[in-house]
Amino acid sequence: METVTVRDAMQTTLDNRLAEGDATPMPAKIQARQTNVHYGDKHALKDVTLDVREGEVTSFIGPSGCGKSTFLRCLNRMNDTIDGCRVSGTVQLDGEDIYDPKIDVVQLRARVGMVFQKPNPFPKSIYDNVAYGPRIHGLAANKDELDEIVLTSLEKAGLLAEVKDRMESPGTGLSGGQQQRLCIARAIAVNPEVILMDEPCSALDPIATAKIEELIDELRENYTIVIVTHSMQQAARVSQRTAFFHLGELIEVGDTEQIFTNPKHKLTQGYITGRFG
Amino acid sequence: MPLSLLLLVLAVLSAFAYRFGTGRARAIAPGRQQATLHSRPTYHGFYVALWCGLPALLVAVAWVAMQPILVKGLVLAGLPDSYSALPEARLNLIWNDIRNLALGDVVRAAPAPEIQAAAETFRRLYTIGQAALAVLCLVLAPLGARYAYGRVSRDLRARNRVETVITVFLVASSLVAIFTTIGIVLSLLFESLRFFGKVPPLDFLFGLHWSPQTALRADQVGSSGSFGAVPLFTGTLLISLISMCVAVPVGLMSAIYMSEYAHRKFRAVAKPLLEILAGIPTVVYGFFAALTVAPFIRRLGESMGISVASESALAAGLVMGVMIIPFVSSISDDVINAVPQAMRDGAYALGATKSETIRNVIVPAALPGIVGGVLLAVSRAIGETMIVVMAAGLAANLSFNPLEAVTTVTVQIVTLLTGDQEFDSAKTLAAFALGLVLFCVTLGLNIFALHVVRKYREQYE
Ligand SMILES: Nc1ncnc2c1ncn2[C@@H]1O[C@H](COP(=O)(O)OP(=O)(O)OP(=O)(O)O)[C@@H](O)[C@H]1O
Ligand SMILES: [Mg+2]
Repeated sequence: METVTVRDAMQTTLDNRLAEGDATPMPAKIQARQTNVHYGDKHALKDVTLDVREGEVTSFIGPSGCGKSTFLRCLNRMNDTIDGCRVSGTVQLDGEDIYDPKIDVVQLRARVGMVFQKPNPFPKSIYDNVAYGPRIHGLAANKDELDEIVLTSLEKAGLLAEVKDRMESPGTGLSGGQQQRLCIARAIAVNPEVILMDEPCSALDPIATAKIEELIDELRENYTIVIVTHSMQQAARVSQRTAFFHLGELIEVGDTEQIFTNPKHKLTQGYITGRFG
Repeated sequence: MPLSLLLLVLAVLSAFAYRFGTGRARAIAPGRQQATLHSRPTYHGFYVALWCGLPALLVAVAWVAMQPILVKGLVLAGLPDSYSALPEARLNLIWNDIRNLALGDVVRAAPAPEIQAAAETFRRLYTIGQAALAVLCLVLAPLGARYAYGRVSRDLRARNRVETVITVFLVASSLVAIFTTIGIVLSLLFESLRFFGKVPPLDFLFGLHWSPQTALRADQVGSSGSFGAVPLFTGTLLISLISMCVAVPVGLMSAIYMSEYAHRKFRAVAKPLLEILAGIPTVVYGFFAALTVAPFIRRLGESMGISVASESALAAGLVMGVMIIPFVSSISDDVINAVPQAMRDGAYALGATKSETIRNVIVPAALPGIVGGVLLAVSRAIGETMIVVMAAGLAANLSFNPLEAVTTVTVQIVTLLTGDQEFDSAKTLAAFALGLVLFCVTLGLNIFALHVVRKYREQYE
């Protein structure tokens, strides 16, 4: 429960600041400094230095194989599960190095949730899918609180109306778009501070995509979001900041508007105008 | 020419036919032109080879099936009139004598002259038959090959023909398996019906006393002949239960360790090693159980002041459990590996620990497959005989005490049928009834297991 209060407090200060029209840039939630990733001999990510700001949507774009997913997985240490993957440099979450041996990966991942490219609901009921995270982290003291968390998460993910009569049916029986929103609800349910999304719409049709984009826009109020996407339009629609990767290097990062209207780097320009990649 | 030699010759002829067929096809369309053939040259080769070997083979099979009947008819017809009036059973005995005499087996001393004459006819007919068959086949084979060879052309649909024949072969092979099964079941069924004619089914299924000694002569003593199968089934149940108590936890946990925790290299070594357990002959397990485990358990029991029979259900069950560990672990390992990585990633990304992920996500997702593996192991345990014979004894005690000697269905079937037996006594027929019930149980388990496994397959699609 403690995380909730801390987060809420932060949110209030943030809201206050927004209300006061404070012009200073938002604080960096995640700071990556000189981050390198090797898969065996392959140098997949080279000296990436990047800030992800609190309360914003940051999008990663770039041609296939340039290291977007690799970098995203660094941010909640999902790379730990891959054999032969080595990460160097520092990644800080709220000023704490997440690769510090003292950090508990399990707690880290509870703070930094993730949604994957392919919807991956557990072969359990819709309810159990969403309740899984709160259960393992003991976020609910009793059944009523758990119900409450599940319902609000589904509500926030914009799925409640469609599934409220079938909470006990399997999550795998939903449509692809619904499954992806279920996965988002599942991620929201543990009350993370950051949500990482790796091409969350690549398996979805335009209507489901539009729904998810709408959802991301709403979630921005309460969460810091990082999204990998191959769709320039999507990046332009949902994100405030955009980072462009190429061959494992971060080429350019800036406000989305600036990147799309006035890119500083030739490679960025080439990519967003569709000349390569 | 003996049949084996004939078959060999046919095979060699077919091989030549294959060479000729491909050669002819290549000659028709040399080099680059091969693409203009409807079928590749090898198919033409097979086509010719099949025409060479197959008709001759079919004739040979039909001949071998028909010849004894024909010969028998002819030989018996040649006997003096006095014989033709004899009853069928007597005639069959005489026929046996003739055959044995002709084929040089041991016979009763000094056969009658007409029998000797008949044997002579038999031998003559037999030789003629063999020779005729050889000639027929050796004529048919080249004829067939010649015919097919003449048909080889650009447009010949050799591939389709050959594949049709192959399909027929495949169908025939699977039919053999199916009919064998049906045959076994039917024979079990009929013999059981005969048994139930002598012993009421209810006495058999629900009787509490098993002592299958029947009297051969009316004045024999000590042969009560009671066929209550309940002690056997409880014994089977008890031993299977003990073995599952060993195999399921150990198998499942080693599967989880190997698929989730172990280093890839360790797994590459450990998994085959574990599977070797399934390859050890059950007799070996049997004497291991009887000579090592059972005495150990008895000594252990003595030191704790518990009396343990020297042959106990516990010893047999434990060793059998070790034997079927690989059934559980290997199948579980496979299904756990088949759980998509995305499931694990999903759980890890929510902050689940490794053991939480395994307990809450992976094992439930793999559970139907695991259950399938366990059920297969159960049917293996139920059918196991050797270990029980050696370690659990033959005494049909109605007991759930694992420290006592018990016996199982399969063991009793063995003891009923070994040794000199009268073949239609209730005692031997009881084996068929036991077999039938056992068959029904394992069949039910297998069907259930298959059903569960199939359901598992649909899960992620
Ligand atoms: N598990 C792995 N083992 C070895 N190399 C990997 C692994 N995962 C990724 N790579 C390599 O690292 C580089 C970056 O991969 P990454 O998945 O981050 O690309 P991406 O930008 O997400 O591409 P896409 O847009 O196609 O998803 C690629 O060259 C890839 O081949
Ligand atoms: Mg990717």
